[in-house]
Amino acid sequence: MTRPADGRPRAVIDAPHPLLSTSADPVDPTAPDVVAAAADLLATLRHEPSTTGLAAPQIGLSWRLIAFDAGRHPRSRSRTGELVVANPRLATAARWDHLREGCVSVPGLTADVRRATRITVHGHLPGTGEPVTIEADAVEARCIQHQLDHLDGLLFLDRVVGALSLHRSHHSCDG
Amino acid sequence: MGLSAVTVLGVDRPGVIAAVTGSLADCGANIQDSTMTLLGGHVAMMLLVSGEVDAAELTKRLCAPDLVVTASAIEARRHFCDDGGGLGYVLTVHGPDRPGIISAISAVLAADGGNITGMSTRLTGRLYVLIADVELPKEVDVAALMRRLAAVGAGLDSEITFRPVEPDLL
Repeated sequence: MTRPADGRPRAVIDAPHPLLSTSADPVDPTAPDVVAAAADLLATLRHEPSTTGLAAPQIGLSWRLIAFDAGRHPRSRSRTGELVVANPRLATAARWDHLREGCVSVPGLTADVRRATRITVHGHLPGTGEPVTIEADAVEARCIQHQLDHLDGLLFLDRVVGALSLHRSHHSCDG
Repeated sequence: MGLSAVTVLGVDRPGVIAAVTGSLADCGANIQDSTMTLLGGHVAMMLLVSGEVDAAELTKRLCAPDLVVTASAIEARRHFCDDGGGLGYVLTVHGPDRPGIISAISAVLAADGGNITGMSTRLTGRLYVLIADVELPKEVDVAALMRRLAAVGAGLDSEITFRPVEPDLL
């Protein structure tokens, strides 16, 4: 990231919205407009204290950019820190588990979702384009997979494990 | 030993479940299967109970000013897929709220002999969400069914996923 301080928070869109059901496009991580979008995504994440991550489609951009900071979640173990990743790709996934999660784009609902608890993700840093590899577990792994789903036009609702696994909620915590 | 299907509806408040199940215990009824949820601030409870008490007596014993209670004698029925081993799937539908979503989707499933064994729907803002457990006869062409579901979903401006149940057998 070359200009994280320059980002401005954008409005987070709610489902139903076509962008949240559309596969996002790969980006050139060194392109100035992508760097600016990455900064905006990070600024929006900082502006949303209830969530640990966001994906670009949630701020109206159909680009393959995610931002996360699992350290703000009390039950996180791996903590890569505040990071924006362009074109993230899941390389390995292991140790699957169910956990209840929500999304700031689906206010009012949570659901039990099965995800890997240990993952490896490859991507590039916006600005320099430098390759980056993230090894994540627990909450951070779940958060990153949640964001990767957004890039593929999927919501956590598409992974609910059963009819009785959908719940009303007064808050969301997994972005 | 008879079986009765009991439904309980009422405004949600602490103690509703305790009162209903306490009354059932007092009259010797044994709760077998049950489910309970909140629907718009109302408690909705359905129970299958066994015992020597008849449905009319159950209704009388469960009666309360803020509850609507029904009880009916029923016969035990074998599960429709017990002999053939149906295939379990989870259906998710989400999109803008509109009338007719459930009927349209369930009609597609029913046309192939699909049985909805559990269903939850929630409306939050403009978003309508339906999650259903579905059992399909083994002979169903699942790929063709998914294409039909996708077509119906597109007509409803809704996203549909239909995936096999992934049991964790430990």
